[in-house]
Amino acid sequence: MTDVHVAPARLLVADDNKVNRLLLTRNLELQGHTVACAENGRVALELLRRERFDLVLLDMEMPELDGFAVLEEMKRDLALRDTPVIVTSSLEGLDHVVRCIELGAEDYLGKPVNPVLLRARLSASLEKKRLRDQQKELLRRFAAPEVAADLEQSGFALGGRRVHATVMFTDIRDFTPLAEAQPPEETIELLNNWYALMFDAISDEGGIVTLMVGDGLMAVFGAPVPLPGHEERAVRAAREMMALVALFNQERAAAGKAPIRIGIGIASGEMIAGYAGTKARATYTCIGDTVNLAARIEAHTKVAGHGILVDGATRAALGDRFAAEPIGPVSFKGIAAAVPVFALGAAPG
Amino acid sequence: MTAAIDPETFAALRDTTGSDFVRELIDTFLQEAPGMLADLEQALAALDADRFRRAAHSLKSNGNTFGALALGALARELELSGVAEISDRGANALAPVAAEYARVATALAGLRDD
Repeated sequence: MTDVHVAPARLLVADDNKVNRLLLTRNLELQGHTVACAENGRVALELLRRERFDLVLLDMEMPELDGFAVLEEMKRDLALRDTPVIVTSSLEGLDHVVRCIELGAEDYLGKPVNPVLLRARLSASLEKKRLRDQQKELLRRFAAPEVAADLEQSGFALGGRRVHATVMFTDIRDFTPLAEAQPPEETIELLNNWYALMFDAISDEGGIVTLMVGDGLMAVFGAPVPLPGHEERAVRAAREMMALVALFNQERAAAGKAPIRIGIGIASGEMIAGYAGTKARATYTCIGDTVNLAARIEAHTKVAGHGILVDGATRAALGDRFAAEPIGPVSFKGIAAAVPVFALGAAPG
Repeated sequence: MTAAIDPETFAALRDTTGSDFVRELIDTFLQEAPGMLADLEQALAALDADRFRRAAHSLKSNGNTFGALALGALARELELSGVAEISDRGANALAPVAAEYARVATALAGLRDD
């Protein structure tokens, strides 16, 4: 009975009939799994909400709350909808089986349950669940939490929608000579520390990092989830980033290392947000004139000698809560008219 | 008359789950089944369709588990017919299933101590 190797799992058996519960539990325990039991749908849902289970074996015909109701509840509950369910039932009629599958059941096993079939279906379901969990974990690691949640809830589709948001670009100035003057390991460590600080400042204000390139990054405030006051939030994040870099430089100075300097460019307006790429490999991003403008303004920080520069739309949204110094209309490559640009002090104005 | 318990089904159950466990399972069934028969009687008297269907369903499912195929078939017929139709059959409508259960209980009690 040990020809197929399945990692031991924590299973929930929901069945109102004691003989069925005992028999199913016995078969599953013989296969090395840990089993908890519920004698009706209500108790099953209580257990599911209190403890973590890898899979549920669900009977349909139960008093208080039947299997259909349990499937419906699990489908509605974000925390439970990914827990696989194998229906074990002797319900009469194919339409019942179809209804179970439509309600999200992974598989259907007729009673009395054949132990060999049970083992095969169980290991297939658990393996699928393991892959799904792995996928979710990868998603969490490589995408912003907001993007991961958006993907989990609405699925993946290339293409975008119009949003009103604020975009920020930042990079470390004169990074190439800095990188060339030290071992590669130290450069990676520097970048990782810097990224960690920038991510903190950006996500604290509700922004998400959509792009990391070498010594720079792009962040969006207001997509995929709308964010009221996104202009001001981006500016507050920028100030926090400057403050964190100043602290970071104190640490570097104590270790006898040269300080780093960053520039931040911010622009607000309409843009297209969505997944771009191919079906096999895509990224969540924002595109449009506003994004180009933010990138140009960021590049201009080096010329203008200011740490934080913002466009007119961002400036206008800030009102008089922030002191901003106009540095005059600036002509940017690829943008027809000269654009008013404003410099913000690093400290609250 | 065919055997109350199909020997092949019963042997497979015993082989896959163990003799001690099957003994425990038989004891549980012999404790629970009278309640299911009583449920059938009461649901029939009250014309309670859900309760009748559930009791018949349980008896069918458990009967088939032990290889009590005739009992399973009788219970299945009750489940599919529904309480209204069975009620039309008169006072002795449940007599066949009760008699078959008595035969199954005797056979299982014997197999238990094999």
